[in-house]
Amino acid sequence: MGLRQTLSRKELSIGIIDIGMGNIGSVYNALYSQAWDPILVKCAEDFDELTHLIIPGVGSYAAAMKILGDWNLIDSIIDFAAEGKPTLGICLGMQLLSDVGFEGMEAKGLGLIEGETVPFEKIRGLSFPHIGWNEVLQERTHPILNGIKSGLDFYFVNGFFFNPVYSDTIIATTDYGQLFPSIIGKKNVVGVQFHPEKSQTSGLKIIDNFCLWDGKC
Amino acid sequence: MLKKRIIPIQLLLKGRLVKTKKFRDPRDVGNPVMSSKVYSSQDADELILLNVDRAADSVDVLVSTVKDIARECFVPFSVGGGINSLNDAKKLFAAGADKIIINSVTFSNPAAVTEIAEFAGSQAVVVGIDVKFIDNLYVVFSNNSKIAESVSLSEHIRTMIRLGAGEIFIQSIDRDGEMQGYDINLLKTVLSESSVPVIAAGGAGNFGHLDQALKAGVNAVACGSLFNFGDNNPLRAKAFLKNLGNPLKRIR
Repeated sequence: MGLRQTLSRKELSIGIIDIGMGNIGSVYNALYSQAWDPILVKCAEDFDELTHLIIPGVGSYAAAMKILGDWNLIDSIIDFAAEGKPTLGICLGMQLLSDVGFEGMEAKGLGLIEGETVPFEKIRGLSFPHIGWNEVLQERTHPILNGIKSGLDFYFVNGFFFNPVYSDTIIATTDYGQLFPSIIGKKNVVGVQFHPEKSQTSGLKIIDNFCLWDGKC
Repeated sequence: MLKKRIIPIQLLLKGRLVKTKKFRDPRDVGNPVMSSKVYSSQDADELILLNVDRAADSVDVLVSTVKDIARECFVPFSVGGGINSLNDAKKLFAAGADKIIINSVTFSNPAAVTEIAEFAGSQAVVVGIDVKFIDNLYVVFSNNSKIAESVSLSEHIRTMIRLGAGEIFIQSIDRDGEMQGYDINLLKTVLSESSVPVIAAGGAGNFGHLDQALKAGVNAVACGSLFNFGDNNPLRAKAFLKNLGNPLKRIR
């Protein structure tokens, strides 16, 4: 909560990667409702003023990486994160933090947290994709979880999940036939598999916590 | 554990909230932005917005309503009714819809199911199936219950999932607005064919009806009349259903 005292909201500039996929609007509206004025990031120049970056996303891994590549955003995102600035991936945005994804075709990811994005093992009696409210069990503390109890439900829509190389990057897990990481984090980079912008009060709280985070754990 | 979902359905006609019986006679019951906010604050798990207008500009009117709702509600919502192309779907996703519900276009242009699934992912594609029970058979209807299709219910479900449907929204036309309970046999038929989540609609008149459908195995129950009229709301429904052992979300 250090930032809340040292920096005013005006001094923080939250960027949302906008590659025209999925509903960027929902993430924008959620930030706006928490008194932020986010910037939609569409090109490398848009990164100049940013203190925080959000990578949202709905759609397929390979398609999203292709657009990020075509729009010359991949290096900008990697450089931004390398500067230690808080970076949040939401849903597909979390999966893109991995090294490689296998949705549609194999595709290289942003490589910000070691791991790969893999499909759920289809289990009899469960329907796929995983859609709906499910519990997020906190394995360790993280600044974005300030004031959030372990075991609360958040809204998920995913057929794939982030399978990290190192278990110490797992911040929270969720059970859907198999336990999968629902929050991963490494230094200033964090990813949530659920949609905080669609998870009512506790989701909005996570978004606000992220915006007030200084990127240190 | 994945939770069961309680979903208020709101019918939209030219930016207003309406209610029908057996898909006919829309009556004005309020402002959909206000009611969406109220449902969201009453712990609804999701919202379904169905456009019953078939005027040429109805999708554009819908887009503007969806934009207003998305600014105020931080809960997932699905939008359907009159969506005829990938282009319509794109406009609604951009306005803030999380999923779109398609029905008639799945008959007139089945390729659209795949196109939309490829654009937004199959999790964003809900196929709506409207059914009437005629001569001991579940007959599938399109075009707002006007046209009987020749395909069997089972075959239609299989085809839709193969083409990219991520959820099935099954509505009983016979039960719409009657508040006499869901058609449980219909739900069981659909569940036996569907590998994707099933949302039940049509007929809920009390909380016990919601329990019956959930116990039959559907992932979500949707209802209009139950919440539109009277002092029933999602909070009260969920308190009742929780006591009967249904797994429901906890958000605070």
